[in-house]
This record gives sequence, structure tokens and C-alpha cells, in this order.
Amino acid sequence: MKDIPITRTPSRRGLLKGIAAGTGTLAAAGAFPGFIQAQSSEPIRLGFQLHRTGIGAAYGRWYERTAQAALQVLNDAGGINGRPVEILFEDDGTDPKRGAEVVEKLATQGRCDAVFGALFSNVVVGSAPRAGELRIPYLVCSEGHHVASGITNRWTLQPGITDVKSQVQAMAPWVAANLGKKVTMVFPDYAFGYDHRDFFTAAMEAQGGEVVELIAIPPTETSFTRHLPRIPSETEVLYHVMVGPAVLTFVKELGEFYGTGDHPEIFGFIDSLEAVDIAGPGLEFLEGTHFWEGHPRCLQPGASEHETFYRAAVGVDDNGASVSDAREVSTYAHMFSAWETLFVIKAGMEAAGYQGPDDRQAFVEAIEAMTEMPLSREHPQGDKVFNGRTHQVFGHQHISKVAEGRLEVVHTTSIEDGLYPDEVDYTTQPF
Amino acid sequence: MDFGPFLLLATMEGLVMAAVLALTAVGLSLVFGVMRVVNVAHGEFFMLGAVLAWFVTASVPGPPALGFAAALVVCPLIVGGIAALADRAILKRLDYDPEATIVATIGLLYIFQQAALSLYGPDARPVQAPFDWRLQFPWFGYSGYKLAVVAAAALLLLGVRQLLVRSRIGLVMRATQYDRETATAFGIDVDRVYALVFALGAALAAVAAVLIVPIQQAHYLMGGDPLLLSFIVVIIGGLGSLRGTVLAAVLIGLSDGIVSVFFSPTLAKILATLLVALVLVFRPQGLFGQRAA
Repeated sequence: MKDIPITRTPSRRGLLKGIAAGTGTLAAAGAFPGFIQAQSSEPIRLGFQLHRTGIGAAYGRWYERTAQAALQVLNDAGGINGRPVEILFEDDGTDPKRGAEVVEKLATQGRCDAVFGALFSNVVVGSAPRAGELRIPYLVCSEGHHVASGITNRWTLQPGITDVKSQVQAMAPWVAANLGKKVTMVFPDYAFGYDHRDFFTAAMEAQGGEVVELIAIPPTETSFTRHLPRIPSETEVLYHVMVGPAVLTFVKELGEFYGTGDHPEIFGFIDSLEAVDIAGPGLEFLEGTHFWEGHPRCLQPGASEHETFYRAAVGVDDNGASVSDAREVSTYAHMFSAWETLFVIKAGMEAAGYQGPDDRQAFVEAIEAMTEMPLSREHPQGDKVFNGRTHQVFGHQHISKVAEGRLEVVHTTSIEDGLYPDEVDYTTQPF
Repeated sequence: MDFGPFLLLATMEGLVMAAVLALTAVGLSLVFGVMRVVNVAHGEFFMLGAVLAWFVTASVPGPPALGFAAALVVCPLIVGGIAALADRAILKRLDYDPEATIVATIGLLYIFQQAALSLYGPDARPVQAPFDWRLQFPWFGYSGYKLAVVAAAALLLLGVRQLLVRSRIGLVMRATQYDRETATAFGIDVDRVYALVFALGAALAAVAAVLIVPIQQAHYLMGGDPLLLSFIVVIIGGLGSLRGTVLAAVLIGLSDGIVSVFFSPTLAKILATLLVALVLVFRPQGLFGQRAA
């Protein structure tokens, strides 16, 4: 018996008919948009520049989850101006060149109203010029100082997370008073590390302390032991901030290097251990050391209701790991910025009466007009102050101590601790 | 830190690097020596070894040493199998044409890298060392496992040398390297020898990766550095010369360790690249390579 084919190859005539009908419908829709769908109910489309692959992948996964959770909350509460919101996630491979292409793709092909989400400073610096040329609002979650330093443009804003300059300035007095005044810094040998180097050195000198040695580590390095002998023995505080796939190796090797012998006080940026279980093997050495945290990974006693709501919405347990897998630790200290930025976009668009891409300028101006951001469901990390001239937000920072494998907050800075004179006034620049 | 202990640490770091580099580069050199194939995907075999080591150690219950021992055996076998398959399916069909195989192995590089990204994910994941033994010097502590890596690599290299010099299969390989056509005339199945050599080269890279993965971490982009350094080592040592490759690996590893401790890692890379340039200009066949007839 011969098999009868189930699928038929379409005939040429059938295909042509289909194409003609399709084109007709499209043309009609384009000519009379008002009849197809009322302008006001069309979804607002936001682009998310996501580090799904490349060296920022651990952050990317959690930024995506946080943004999805925030989107759910946002849409459940009626969206923006009564319109539903969609987020288009696009992977940039944590690569600056690809980053600029992603901004372009989201703006032109994706027809997005705004783009947000980038964390790594190289991607932000690489993408901001293209966002400016395309005249699309570009809201970064990067903690780099580049926005407030004035090297980006009027379309680039950082309303969701405090920049490094403010962070280190706010914490330096506590470090000098409680840990020691002679500091050795270990930092990545590129822009993000230089922010730490320059601003912490200055902040420490203002406290009467000094940085006795600077150890810059090339970003491609996979083993660090050979850099550690450069730490002078007079060092009282070792300050470390590392990012990328090799961070765990760095901390382990630090433990091996000092071993059971004497070691200086250690103050690190949690960036060195984001997405890493602090109670994991080889990290016992971290017990008793201190970390900066933008947002405390472990649930603290007396946490606000907004904090618990946010934690549950994103799906993070009391230890900062995924509720579905306790071994999967989040990037808790940074990822709140994706959540808060989305709600800043909502507030900005509603204040500007945003209708479509023609209102992008009004949207940026509405964000520039923002000042106070109180602790709320929209800002679960804490209250903040936004500076419209420098496009930078300022919030509280936390210093935590590792105790029995948990991070316990020992000091919280005030917003005023982190304020510094403006270096730029974007509001005077043309759009 | 005083000069003495400083130098000791730099030397130990350099030795670890040299050990892993020697294993990886010997694989590359062997493939070129016997098959005349420049294997651009060699670094990805290294990466596959590390990634598979993570899978194996994560799936074997019991103490970390057991999982690690399993990985040390299983990973090179799997990676070698994949390499033999790639040889039969691709390189053989190209008739081992030098230009075509370069392009084909570049293709393999992307296939392996993207496969790892899809199946393993973009994260760097740690593999626990088989033992947690630490040496405490008066000036600093040092991981005992790192020293074990140096010893293991030395043993493996000795094994490879014995295989090539003493065993029948080694003789067949050397015969094929010396003159392919005559070897065929003497009844040697050259296709099988090629598949075996390609598998052996890949397995050596995989073993190196399994050894290094408790020190570093398994990541889908980790193949780039070993590839570049292996080429540097192989060019300096002389393509196809095992002795030259091992000596060059020790030279590059130690100088990289010492120069980057006392000066900067960037300077170490500059010096290695400069050395390659000098070798290419003044001794194109490498320090121990034979001049092409």
C-alpha cells in the first residue's frame, strides 16, 4: 500500500493568494490604525538589555527574574496609564559592541518606548551614545559613576541604584573608624575598578587614612595567587572588589594564601561573591570579614513589609537563594535596581502623560523633575533621592559582617553620607 | 614580602601553569606532528573536559575525591570519543587538506562553544578539589592540590612519552608521522591512526582541564586562553616536537609566573608574544623542531 502524504505542499496559486490577502490586511491596518486598535490600549513596550550570556550571566539571570516579577506586579495593578506593559528581553552577551546593537534593535525593530536593564559598565559606556543618537530613553542599572560623571548624554539615566562614587564615599568613614586606616585595594583593571580606586582613595584620605598599595587585576585573569604577595605587611584593611566568572577563585585563593596565619581586616564588595553561596566549601575564611551590600542578601530582623513583599515576588528565600533551589544564590545586592527602575519608568510616563515615542522627551523631563523616592513597594531597597541634573539616584548602603555563614548588617549609611557636588548638569544639554 | 618567599611563590605558581600548559600543548603538537592539522578547536576540547568534569562530579555521590577520580577517567574518554567522531565525520572527508581543516576546526570551535552554552549554561561553576590539604609556609599558605597537579601532569607526560617511544601503537604513530604513504604501504591503517591521534590530543587537553578545574572554574568561554598559550608554546618549542613543547611550556609557565608576580601580567604576555616573534624570525622551525625538507 502506498502512503498518502498528510501534509500537502502548497501550490503556487495558493501561496500567492495567501500573500496577497496578508499584505492587504497589513496595509489596511497601517492605513487605519485607529480602527484596528485604540491608541490608548496598546501595550507599552520596554526593551531590556540583558546580560544573559558572557561574563555577566549570573547577574543577567536574576535581573530577568526581577524584571519579570516587577512586570507582573505592575500589570496586576493596571499597568502604566491604564495600558498594559510588555518587556522585550534581548541578550547582549555582556559585550559593549553587541550592547549598542541591542539598543538599536530594541529601538527600531522592537519599537520600544524605552530601554533599561544594563549593568556592566563597559556595556553601558558602549551603548549610551547609540541610545542618544536614536533619541530613546536609556535607563541603566549599573552603579558605575559614568552617568553622574557627565560622559553619557541627556537620554541616559540611572534612577534605580546608587553609583560607586557615592557608595565608597558613604562607607569610607566607617571603614576608617572600625577596621583600620592603611588600606590595600584589589580591583579589576578597567573602568569599574578605577571608579573604586579613585573615589575610595580620595574618601579614605579625607578620613585621615591612606591607601598603601593598589593591585589592579587584568579582567582576563583566572588565577590570583601571584598577585597576593604584593599586599604589604603593614596593611590593616584589604579592600577587594572583583567581578566575572573567576571571583570565587579569587576569594578561595585569598583564603589559601593567608590560611591560619594573621591576616588584615577584610572589606569586600559583595560583587566579589554575588550569586555565590557564602557558606560554600573553601570560603570558611570569610567568617568575620565585612562586605558592602546594596541590598542585604539575608533577611534582616525588622525588615519592612515592602522588603518581604519584594523577596516573595521575585522568589528569593530568607538566605538570598532561589525558593525553588537553595543552592542557586541570587545577585540580591544589585538586582533591586531592575525592579525600582521599572517603577520609575511607570512614574515618569504617568507624570508625562506618555502616549507614544513622540513623548519620549517629556518622559525624560518628568524623571529629571523627580526628587524624593520614599520606601515603598516600588522602592523596596529603601528611600532614595534623585538628582535630576546628574541623572543619578542616591540611597542607603549597608555594611554586613559574615557570621556563621550569614551576612548580618552592622551599619547602614545615611543618604547624606553619599552626596557629592554635581559634576554635570544634563538639564542644560539639548535633546 | 621578602624576596626569597616571593620568588618561591612565583615559582610554584609558574610550575602549576607550566604543568597544565604542557599537557594541553602536547596534545596540540601531537595532532600537528602526525596529522599536519592545525587544530583551532583544541581549546574547546579543554573547555569540554572542564564542563564534563562538573557534570561528572555533580552526579557522583560520596566524597569529592571519588567524583573527581571518576571525572579524571571519564572526561578524557568522552572528549576523546567526540574528537574521534569529529575526525571521521569531518576532517577525513576534507582529506586533511591544511587550509580546509583550519576552517573546519574553527567551525568546530563555535559548535562546541555554543553547545556548552546551551546545555551547560553561561555560569562559571566550581568543582571541589579531591582533597583540602594546605601547606603553611612561614610567610604564606599554599594549596597542596596545586602541587599535586604539577606531579600528576609530570606523570601523565611521562606516560605519553612511554606510549610514543615504547609501545607498538606509538611506533605506528611515529611511522605515520615520518611518511604517511610508506606507512600505508606497510599495511598501517592510517585512517585509524589519525582518529586515534586526534582523540589522544583532545583527551590530553581534557585531562589538563579536569586537573585545573578545582583551581579555576568551569565556564563555556574558558577555551580561549589555553588555545592561545598552547600555540605560543608549540611555536617556540617546534611544531611536532614533544620534548620542545614540554620545555617551552616550562619556560613560558615559569617566566609568566615570575614576571607577572614581580612586574605585571601584561608584561608577561608581551614577553611571551615577543619571544614567539623572535623565534619565527630567527628559527622558524622552533627551538627543537626539524627543518622542513
